[in-house]
Amino acid sequence: MTTLQKPLNRPGQPTQPLGAATRLTGAATLVAVAVLAVVVWTAVQLYLVAPDSGGWRWVLIAIAILGVIGALAPFSPARNAFQSRSAAVRAVADGDGPAIRKYRSRMRNSAWVCLGGCLTVLVLCAFVLFLLANNHAVQRTFFQPAMISRSWFEVTKAFGRNIFIAVVAEIIVLVWGLVLALARLAPGRAGRSIASLATAYIDAFRAVPAIIVIYLVGFGLPLAHFPVLSSLSPTGAAILALSLTYGAYVAEVYRAGIESVHWSQPAAARSLGLSHGLSMRYVVVPQAVRRVIPPLLNDFIGLQKDTALVTVIGTVDGFTQAKIYSSNYFNLSSVTVVAALFVIVTIPQTRFVDRLLARDQRRMSR
Amino acid sequence: MSFLQIQDLVKSYDDTPVLRSVSLDVDQHEVVCLIGASGSGKSTLLRCINSLEEIDGGEVWLDDQLVSGEGTDVDQLRRDVGIVFQSFNLFPHMTVQQNITLAPRKIRGLADRVANDRAAELLQRVGLADKASTYPDQLSGGQQQRVAIVRALAMDPRVLLLDEITSALDPELVAEVLDIVRGLAHDGLTMLLATHEMSFAREVASTVCFLHAGTILEQGPPEQMFGDPQEERTKAFLHSVTAAGRL
Ligand SMILES: Nc1ncnc2c1ncn2[C@@H]1O[C@H](COP(=O)(O)OP(=O)(O)OP(=O)(O)O)[C@@H](O)[C@H]1O
Ligand SMILES: [Mg+2]
Repeated sequence: MTTLQKPLNRPGQPTQPLGAATRLTGAATLVAVAVLAVVVWTAVQLYLVAPDSGGWRWVLIAIAILGVIGALAPFSPARNAFQSRSAAVRAVADGDGPAIRKYRSRMRNSAWVCLGGCLTVLVLCAFVLFLLANNHAVQRTFFQPAMISRSWFEVTKAFGRNIFIAVVAEIIVLVWGLVLALARLAPGRAGRSIASLATAYIDAFRAVPAIIVIYLVGFGLPLAHFPVLSSLSPTGAAILALSLTYGAYVAEVYRAGIESVHWSQPAAARSLGLSHGLSMRYVVVPQAVRRVIPPLLNDFIGLQKDTALVTVIGTVDGFTQAKIYSSNYFNLSSVTVVAALFVIVTIPQTRFVDRLLARDQRRMSR
Repeated sequence: MSFLQIQDLVKSYDDTPVLRSVSLDVDQHEVVCLIGASGSGKSTLLRCINSLEEIDGGEVWLDDQLVSGEGTDVDQLRRDVGIVFQSFNLFPHMTVQQNITLAPRKIRGLADRVANDRAAELLQRVGLADKASTYPDQLSGGQQQRVAIVRALAMDPRVLLLDEITSALDPELVAEVLDIVRGLAHDGLTMLLATHEMSFAREVASTVCFLHAGTILEQGPPEQMFGDPQEERTKAFLHSVTAAGRL
């Protein structure tokens, strides 16, 4: 048997020179220096405007200091890159191929870590510069400390209305969406007409923008003189409108979940003598619900955000309240407050669902 | 009249006929084994018997009652005729105990305690007394299949259908499941089982049926079917099975 022998110094791939990696390391270091310069300049600007910012003076100075510290961070990987380079140069002298490859790859990795850090710092710095631009007009418009401290209490109180609307609507939607989904999947010939009705509803309410549904319900029902429904408060109308719209979205989420349960599961349930309803209730829906929690939460976050639309029918929610401040004082900082409130209520929910999912994953690994 | 009687059963999927005309009588306490090549319609036949598939023609009688066609109370039928699948199909979100007691509690209306006691007793019988509160995915395939059998037994079916219940198992797990079936046969449960385990069929069957091209081509006691088959097709099938080392 003949074997074709390739001339190799030591096992594996032929080694390339260090040139490219060295150039990358040098470039990364230069970029880090440039970014540091920009950040220091920005920090000086921050320091200069700090006295005008009233109560926020120390916040601005803290941001400036943190920014400079952050801009120094990329130098650590840059140093690692140079250390790896020294090791690589020694390996070249020894003719140790594998060591050359190892240190060269470390050098490259460190250089990329440095560049990634630089990019992050630069983006944050650009944001601060944007706020400072035009004699820090942006900061004064959106983040004016005086406006924030004047408005935050009333805005937060009014934001309670958004939370109330969202929570009640979500509870209704959980049930209504499931009802719609089950109707859409109704079995047999008798189910067909119900299924088409549910489909029509879902199609319609997914097509019409939520703001229009809110408008129609909020102004239309009182005009219709319909018992009970016509005497709904604006908050009640908002809850009803959002439930109608999001029920349609959530129905589709449930349906996808139900259809994702393997057909052998309902078959096994039916084979035990369980009716369609019982098999749905105890076997299919419980499995479907576990799977739809993440998309369900997406829709709920959408619903929570859409509570801001109720401003069109005169419900005084956080946004409406913020707008009152912003038009009285020609300043949008109060609106920034509502925006921040939405962020604050959303993030814990996302983390909560991540935890739930992780727990379920541990318990049933399928 | 036999306990379970299948007359001229016809079933096709779309335009492909799967069962052309199957007739079969099963007496009480009898164990009937269905053998035949893959795709010969064994699973389909079992699924037609308890109406998991709609049949296109023929009749199924259970204890002198017609249990096929329009107006059949399929839920009642399935309480009388249990089925165990090749792929276990346990409910993954329920513990073993909940899997077993779901149907007795919800359909028969048994109190939780009564249902749980019964489940414990059955689990004891299949050697899984300590697994009541485990979830299915924490069990081996053989254990899952034993739970699936117990789940079917918990409804006290009058007939039990077993569809290749050992095909999805590793060889060393097959015996533990077959032991259970052997025990059930010994206790006199009427069973109809599709299987590729020929030696097992030979041991427990009172009748062996060879399915081919949508009909029962040949049937008889196991000694005759395995020792002296009459039909060429049966011979060829058994020959190929022997060659594969399954007899
Ligand atoms: N849902 C279905 N739709 C269409 N054709 C089907 C369906 N189920 C089964 N078939 C066809 O019916 C025939 C019989 O299938 P069946 O599952 O009853 O065979 P089997 O004897 O159980 O085979 P195996 O030993 O592989 O389990 C096969 O040809 C199969 O392709
Ligand atoms: Mg089969």
